Amino acid sequence: MLLSVDHVTTYRYDRPVRGVVQSHRLVPSAFDGQKLRDWSVTVSDGVQGGAFRDGAGDRVQGWTVRGPVSEITVRVAGTVETVDLAGVLRGHRESVPAEVYLCDTLATQADAALAALAEQARDEAGDLAQAHRLSALVSDAIAYVPGATHARTTAAEALAQGQGVCQDHTQALIACARHLGLPARYVSGYLFASGEGAPEAAHAWAEIFVGGLGWIGFDASNRCCPDDRYIRLGSGFDAVDAAPIRGTARGGGAESLDVAVAVRQVQQ
Amino acid sequence: MTDYFNEMYQGGGVRVPYARLEDWMRAMPAELRSLKQAEAEALFRRIGITFAVYGEGGDPDRLIPFDMFPRVFTSAEWGKLEKGIKQRARALNAFLVDIYGRGEIVRAGRIPSKLVYQNEAYEKAVAGIKPPKGVYSHIVGVDLVRTGPDDFFVLEDNCRTPSGVSYMLENREIMMRMFPDLFRENRIEPVDRYPELLRRTLASVAPEKCEGEPTVVLLTPGHFNSAYYEHSFLADLMGIELVEGQDLFVQGPFLYMRTTEGPRRVDVVYRRIDDAFIDPLCFRPDSMLGVPGLMDVYRSGGVSICSAPGAGVADDKAVYTFVPEMIRFYLGEEPLLNNVPTWQCGKEDDLKYVLSNLGDLVVKEVHGSGGYGMLVGPKSSREQVESFRHRIMADPGNYIAQPTLALSTTPTFVAEGVAPRHVDLRPYCLVGERIELVPGGLTRVALKEGSLVVNSSQGGGVKDTWVLAE
Repeated sequence: MLLSVDHVTTYRYDRPVRGVVQSHRLVPSAFDGQKLRDWSVTVSDGVQGGAFRDGAGDRVQGWTVRGPVSEITVRVAGTVETVDLAGVLRGHRESVPAEVYLCDTLATQADAALAALAEQARDEAGDLAQAHRLSALVSDAIAYVPGATHARTTAAEALAQGQGVCQDHTQALIACARHLGLPARYVSGYLFASGEGAPEAAHAWAEIFVGGLGWIGFDASNRCCPDDRYIRLGSGFDAVDAAPIRGTARGGGAESLDVAVAVRQVQQ
Repeated sequence: MTDYFNEMYQGGGVRVPYARLEDWMRAMPAELRSLKQAEAEALFRRIGITFAVYGEGGDPDRLIPFDMFPRVFTSAEWGKLEKGIKQRARALNAFLVDIYGRGEIVRAGRIPSKLVYQNEAYEKAVAGIKPPKGVYSHIVGVDLVRTGPDDFFVLEDNCRTPSGVSYMLENREIMMRMFPDLFRENRIEPVDRYPELLRRTLASVAPEKCEGEPTVVLLTPGHFNSAYYEHSFLADLMGIELVEGQDLFVQGPFLYMRTTEGPRRVDVVYRRIDDAFIDPLCFRPDSMLGVPGLMDVYRSGGVSICSAPGAGVADDKAVYTFVPEMIRFYLGEEPLLNNVPTWQCGKEDDLKYVLSNLGDLVVKEVHGSGGYGMLVGPKSSREQVESFRHRIMADPGNYIAQPTLALSTTPTFVAEGVAPRHVDLRPYCLVGERIELVPGGLTRVALKEGSLVVNSSQGGGVKDTWVLAE
């Protein structure tokens, strides 16, 4: 598929800020499932900072905006050619050993309930079967209800509530996988949804490391593995660690945020 | 009765390095001694050096007792220690470069991967990033104990930001002021080059993008930190700026410091802030102590951070066991300094041994420091040993055990006169373009009779440490 992305994030400050610093992971990963046609990231009045590829294979780019400024816009636009690899992250260069992703974070810690959920998959034969089962279990346990959770909701809280969005599904799935000793991580990206897909376009899913195959994506929100409708940006231990944009403003007042994401299929 | 090595008296005689101190001690009447002790205390108070060593907590304004009786090494003794410490510092840095690179030592099966990659101090964020000159740990504090004339053991390594070096410098300064004659009669290697060597070490790891003379700053969490005195003291002696997070900012690909003459680019940050707090955009998002964006500048080669983020993996108490392996693996040499034999309670066989010999062992928490959460078997009551047994059994992986070492003693001034007290030693090895070791270090002394715990929070004091010139 050829997918085009138009992703605009606008930050507004009720009083001008002295400066803004951001760290971006906004360039699609390089692997066999996707190829960049064209891609650009711009920040209004922004100065490019250091750029590098980190050990997880993500392209990281720093940005700063000199103040005073009361509004900044981050615009991501481009087209990506995707192919369906049934969720397998093939041809991705990274140096962080998978085992690193066994470590817990606050948002992905398995409480008794998550552990009990994970235990239901323990008897499946092999990592791959376990991972599929875990993903299904999480889909069943947490209903997709936008607005039921917030950015800081932990996996344990989401499960207790029984409702959540892709972030909650992903963090719950990660917690369960790590509980069974499977390395797991949070992936942020975009999803082309052919129906009324707008709220889903900025998406997240989990990757679980399966012996012999490597990293495989699992989207518990959509009960599938990522295919050619998905664009992968970057990964981390949890939602905060994998955030496409991490930033902060110096001085000034409260921040409000507007995000508009459109992913379209381009006719070839 | 354990036979402890007395560094001054052996076989009824005085060991060579202490020869002149015998006369000095005998010539000092009790009144003069208490007068001098009061003078030393007043000097320490005036300087303001009252912080807790090694981040032990406790009353930040408490004065750590200073013992005027120096601890002395011969040039030959020191020469051996120096080689061993430098060897260790090289191996620890090679290890860090390796585990954040290809991980050869893990692939070769010489260290369990879990200890490395599931270590709390492992930083995924710096995997694949090689710091300038391949140095992660620029100041390696190696804690040593002595059990005999030629027997030294390494208790632990400190690869992040070992503290206490201000005591090494101040103890010497005060001794020279109070007993100038001693320094005329003995040829003692100076330690006052340390700040300049530290500054040069830091400057030597400036990033390639640095133009001209590198600007080095010391980043402190602030005056409420227990080691703030040391931060300002070292910055002052090195002639570099002491800054807090809010004094620095990222602009484009570089780090800048606010000055009265406008922003000034910073090339090297000697940070005394833990990894978790140095950049809210990379680590803890709620940290107010660090500099947003610093890690992006660092990872793209715009600034150096000392010690490099992630260096803590090398000084874990469980990783410690493998330092001799690192020396063989990376340097192809045999370790010159011995490790203390260590049992890992996380291993079944080791645990069994530890639990059945608890009364003879020292047990420590893997991530603990400061002499807390520690059992000294032979010095503990049966109840203490039993209650510790339950703690170990509840979480074996969190404990290591070592034999109770017969720590050497040196003469120490006590209420009744002079008496032997147990000591340890922390020298500070500098690693940059070159590896340097100032002849000296911080000697800690257990002031309580019979005590083997030298931590200041547990009744420990400090001494001036001499290395005699040849």
